[in-house]
Amino acid sequence: MSRALPIEPWVRDMETKIRIENLSVRYSDGTESLRAITMDIYAQQINVLFGPAGGGKSTLLRTLNRLNDLADVVVQSGHVTLDGEDIMAPGYDVIRLRRRVGIVFARPVPLPMTIYQNITYGLELAGVRERPLLDAAVERCLKQAALWDEVGMRLHEPAHALSGGQQQRLCLARTLALQPEVILLDEPTSGLDPISTGKVEQTLQELKASYTIVIVPHSVQQAARVADWATFFLQGELVESGPRDQIFTNPQDRRTDEYITGRFG
Amino acid sequence: MELLHHRLEARKSASFFEFCIERLIQFTGVSAIALVIMIFFFLIREGAPTFFTVPLSSLLATRWYPIEEYFGLVPLVLGSLLVTVGAAVVALPLGLTTAIFIAEIVPRWAREFLKPLVEVLAGIPSVVIGFMGMLLIVPLVRQILNIPTGLTAFTGVILLAWMTLPTVVSVVEDVLDAVPRTYREAGLALGMTRWQTIWRIVLPAGRSGILTALMLGIGRAIGETMTVMMVTGNAARIPRSPADFFMPVRTMTATIAAEMGEVAQGSSHYHVLFAVGLTLFIITFLVNVAAAMVVFRQVKRSERMLS
Repeated sequence: MSRALPIEPWVRDMETKIRIENLSVRYSDGTESLRAITMDIYAQQINVLFGPAGGGKSTLLRTLNRLNDLADVVVQSGHVTLDGEDIMAPGYDVIRLRRRVGIVFARPVPLPMTIYQNITYGLELAGVRERPLLDAAVERCLKQAALWDEVGMRLHEPAHALSGGQQQRLCLARTLALQPEVILLDEPTSGLDPISTGKVEQTLQELKASYTIVIVPHSVQQAARVADWATFFLQGELVESGPRDQIFTNPQDRRTDEYITGRFG
Repeated sequence: MELLHHRLEARKSASFFEFCIERLIQFTGVSAIALVIMIFFFLIREGAPTFFTVPLSSLLATRWYPIEEYFGLVPLVLGSLLVTVGAAVVALPLGLTTAIFIAEIVPRWAREFLKPLVEVLAGIPSVVIGFMGMLLIVPLVRQILNIPTGLTAFTGVILLAWMTLPTVVSVVEDVLDAVPRTYREAGLALGMTRWQTIWRIVLPAGRSGILTALMLGIGRAIGETMTVMMVTGNAARIPRSPADFFMPVRTMTATIAAEMGEVAQGSSHYHVLFAVGLTLFIITFLVNVAAAMVVFRQVKRSERMLS
């Protein structure tokens, strides 16, 4: 369990966006994925969830926008609040939640449409129909996702024609188009080359000024590169949570230390 | 030394076994192809004389009355098309929505139970369906619509649609099941409702499989014999107005089945029946080719997308 940490002054100024209290998730086949997790996700920070595979990081991400509703989750207990609203309450508007909390998956899933339509589709569903608004949104999002220079000239080509790295940034742009408050990223660069990875990481640093970012990185190195606030998960348990410098230079828990120095993983 | 000898012996017999299996597979494959060619050859050999012995004017006549040498194929072809198209129009939307319901909407346990149930429906012999149609549907149609007979094209359409449904449902359900879950999640994550996800993402992703299912369904409907023979009345008339939909018709399949047993071998009537079979074969062949072309074109398009 997490230890009491010496709280630095700047930590106290951080605004909590999502509060997770005592969250436990168990799948219907009996596997326990998360055990009594209590933590905060901070606004305008890059919140990193890291640890070895099977630690429950993805499950936690999917709980934050209720995509776990699709999986065979039998027991889910505890509370998750977004700006103080209980998102697990029965009758909560899940569609609205998913517009506020966007997600980018490990493997890019472009919709079977053109590049342009991939970005505007979510907006059209939300009721935006005016062509100039859509055009502007497409340009803004593609620029934010560092993709505009590569595809700005061929917006009406099928999205499947893009390379893996471009598809991933397109999925990021698609998520940005809905102007979510929180962006969840589940190993967004696992299939990408170093250059594309660098671009995505750069993008995240620029985006954090206006969004809350929660990312499951695909390596410890990436975790250390992008994190403002890092949380270490091991087999469904939250081991340690803290500011980047503390977690990666002076971890309080022996298991965290062993993982980041590569003694297991 | 002896051990090595043993090993080599074993190896030799294994390759002999391999040889046998290979030949067996070759034989079965070739015989399947040979059978198809023989059926086709036989159909042509028995059907072709029609076009030399029976005048074309008789074949294109509006009457099918073999005793007086009227061999008008038009009423039979139209009868078959009417019943098949009707069944397709009923069964396809119904089958598609049922498949969506089973694949996307009901919980998993209900699906495990519903899918086999639908497939059992496909196993009911057509004569049983025809029998139930005669006893249940035919009187109902007659009474409700207040028409002289319940043995109509409409009755045939209902029963054929019912028979086609399980094929369509089962195949479409498999197709939808094969659409990766990540597609659905991507849709939901964009704030789509479940319906929007199904309509805009899952169905387009499964297009070609869905089309195959529809063609299979049509293929089953057009080739169906026993049910239509029992409930469509078998009067060879040309349907000319919408009202004729509620009158008896006669299909190509029913004609062959009803008359082949009584016909004098080698007579022109005999050859005409084979020509009817040939026509049926050509129609199903065209349907399959059309389906294959559409699917093929889509594959090419998606290949282009991926390249």
